[in-house]
Amino acid sequence: MSKIKLAIYLSAGCAGCEMALVDLSEKLIDALENIEIVWWTPTVVDLKYKDLENLEDKSIDVALVDGAVRLSEQEHVIKILRQKTKVLVAFGACAAMGGVPGLANFHKREELLETAYINTWSTDNPDGVLPQTEYDVNGSKLTLPEFYGEVKALHQVVDVDYFIGGCPPHHDHVAVAVEAIIKGELPPKGSWITSGKSVCDSCRRNPAQKGEIRKPIEKVRRTIEGTPDEECLLQQGYLCLGPVTQGDCGGSCPQVNIPCRGCGGPVAGKDFGARAVGALASLMTDEAVDEMLEKIPSLGKFLYRYSLPVSLINRKK
Amino acid sequence: MTRLEGHGKITIIMDENGNFADAYFQTVEFRGYEKFLAGLPIEEVPRTVSTICGVCRGVHHTAATKASDGVYGVEPTETAKKIRELFLNAHYVEDHAVILYALGLPDFVVGPEADPAERNLIGLVRRVGVDIAKEILKKRKCAVKIFELLGGKPIHPVAGLPGGWSKKIEENERQEIEKLAKELVELGQITLQIFEDVILKNEKYMELVTGDLYRTVLNYMGTVDDSERINYYDGVQKIVDTRGNEIGRFRGKEYLEYIAERVIPWSYMKFPYLKQLGWNDIRDGEGTSIYSVGPLPRLNVSEGMNTPLAQEHYEKMFEVLGEKPAHYILSFHWARAIELLNAAERVLELAQDESITNSDVRAELGEVTGEGVGILEAPRGTLIHHYKTDDRGIVEEANLIVATTHNNAAINLAIRNAAKKFVKNGEIDEKILNYVEMAFRPYDLCLACATHTLPGRMPIEIEVYDSEGMLYRRLRNF
Repeated sequence: MSKIKLAIYLSAGCAGCEMALVDLSEKLIDALENIEIVWWTPTVVDLKYKDLENLEDKSIDVALVDGAVRLSEQEHVIKILRQKTKVLVAFGACAAMGGVPGLANFHKREELLETAYINTWSTDNPDGVLPQTEYDVNGSKLTLPEFYGEVKALHQVVDVDYFIGGCPPHHDHVAVAVEAIIKGELPPKGSWITSGKSVCDSCRRNPAQKGEIRKPIEKVRRTIEGTPDEECLLQQGYLCLGPVTQGDCGGSCPQVNIPCRGCGGPVAGKDFGARAVGALASLMTDEAVDEMLEKIPSLGKFLYRYSLPVSLINRKK
Repeated sequence: MTRLEGHGKITIIMDENGNFADAYFQTVEFRGYEKFLAGLPIEEVPRTVSTICGVCRGVHHTAATKASDGVYGVEPTETAKKIRELFLNAHYVEDHAVILYALGLPDFVVGPEADPAERNLIGLVRRVGVDIAKEILKKRKCAVKIFELLGGKPIHPVAGLPGGWSKKIEENERQEIEKLAKELVELGQITLQIFEDVILKNEKYMELVTGDLYRTVLNYMGTVDDSERINYYDGVQKIVDTRGNEIGRFRGKEYLEYIAERVIPWSYMKFPYLKQLGWNDIRDGEGTSIYSVGPLPRLNVSEGMNTPLAQEHYEKMFEVLGEKPAHYILSFHWARAIELLNAAERVLELAQDESITNSDVRAELGEVTGEGVGILEAPRGTLIHHYKTDDRGIVEEANLIVATTHNNAAINLAIRNAAKKFVKNGEIDEKILNYVEMAFRPYDLCLACATHTLPGRMPIEIEVYDSEGMLYRRLRNF
């Protein structure tokens, strides 16, 4: 059997997803028996953009892209990668949903720049200058790329075959996904590569696992309020988004007494925040809903922490 | 947030004879964390800002957690402090190991003029042998295990809370950490041994380390404890001038009296400088207001390490370099190796302290003060997270200064100095790229996080312009 040709590209992300790949450790080394890494940029030395451009169309079997799309250069590389690749995977929360950097879409480009370069307390900017895409220094022109006013998920730029959630995906789930890729056991195009289970399904606190029925939420607590006991966090009023989040992480946050915030992506349906609101509202008393709105004034940022660019509300124009 | 990642860009300008005239280092991305964190409850911030970087995620998490203590006017419990320090030190070992083996050592083990395709982690593995390489990777993984056990998620941690930590350490976990910590100490010793065998015993390399090629004379900043020893988690920020005289000392919010960040139109990254000396351009030498942070600056400002084995190496380093503060930037790598051992020893000490399993991991929160500053030493240097909130602890404004930003001017100077030596008579080739890269690699740029993790190099583009402003050559390593 010939080796599967794999490409990896870090777009506008933090490289946490690539760290998850590295954390496969021995499993990664084993997988290399079946996988040939044909292009891995910008992290691998001598495989260049032109090397990608020179490849035959559809000659890469699988490409993983981590990170969202923010710069024109990233859009350019992703479009070429799409052309050269049979199966393109949006790998991790940023590529699949826009991720935390996608929260920038709640603000105008100008607001972001003004905060960083003019208003922050340690900034010294007597002339109120902002970084310029072209600037003349002693007769020489220095250039910077312009960043887009909007962060996009991968499928908003090119056709995507599969999605993997997680910020980043847990390395155990990465192992499962890599194995599925090697064996060619992939779901229908456009699917998430996921167990399909929710965080609650793998959470030891889940009342259903003890044959109990979940009680309605009467009080809302922020994570700082009190210390949770061993029972379901949501039932104790901590806004855990486990019921609507894909649980390929194995429920790692609730295990350390911290509520889920949805990095795995929505269990079903396309809009994470809308699903979360629906689920929470059905579990909460009216008083608890009022309390939630009072305690979490930016509910949009809270619920769309990993998925704003692909949400129905998307961005301020 | 003005942390920038992606590709770096260097512009070199030649005079009419094809000799060096000027050089600039630029970064090319901007993300806006300082704005979009507004509206989140402060306790949600540590797990959110860890995504600033997938490599140094633990330091952003911990600095923001420290800032959240301030917002709630609370001191974390003794046990929580120990857990945070253990977590941070394990992170140090893992991060420093990656940087040294993937970025720093290949220049020496494989050789500064070797084929770039060989001058990376894979080339290094070939030289030192697969068995040693595997052993090193296995030991580094021990630090990753500790990180996951304490932090919750294996990459972006979630366990830091104002006044404490979300989970106590069980006795069986403490024992496991202790076992893993012993492996880490061995990793530190092996690393320093490799450094000694490969670099210290090689006259040619020592010329590079202690010569003028890679030397910038700057002020330095780092965190020290009550005994003036380096501390990564907590202490006071000490600043020394180019001759080693202390010129400043601050805690928390006082940073605003000492540091300002200049905005320059050709860079997305700001240029911090020492406020008391005033902005006097990007220049090194006596009187400069530019400072640098990171492993070598930390050793420069301190009077020693807080663990015995690392202390021996600390003394040896300054003896060999023959000056303190040391201005030789390639010795950042040496300082990094010493710190790796120091952090490993500290992990072991903390893991052997049985009181670390106490259950008082969360302090009762006080009234919301509305402001918190978290400062710690990230592997790459001082990291500052500063938040203002409303009276419910909802973030209104934020200011973040990350290590690479502190070093922005220092990096520009290192590149300028190296380019000055190498750009002659219009002869520009790949070798220049290699030597210029060696000038910025000690700073371990946190621009493209991925370059820290894997066999690879900082993706960099060098554009060389002639005296007429026309593009003369473009060199890329990506």
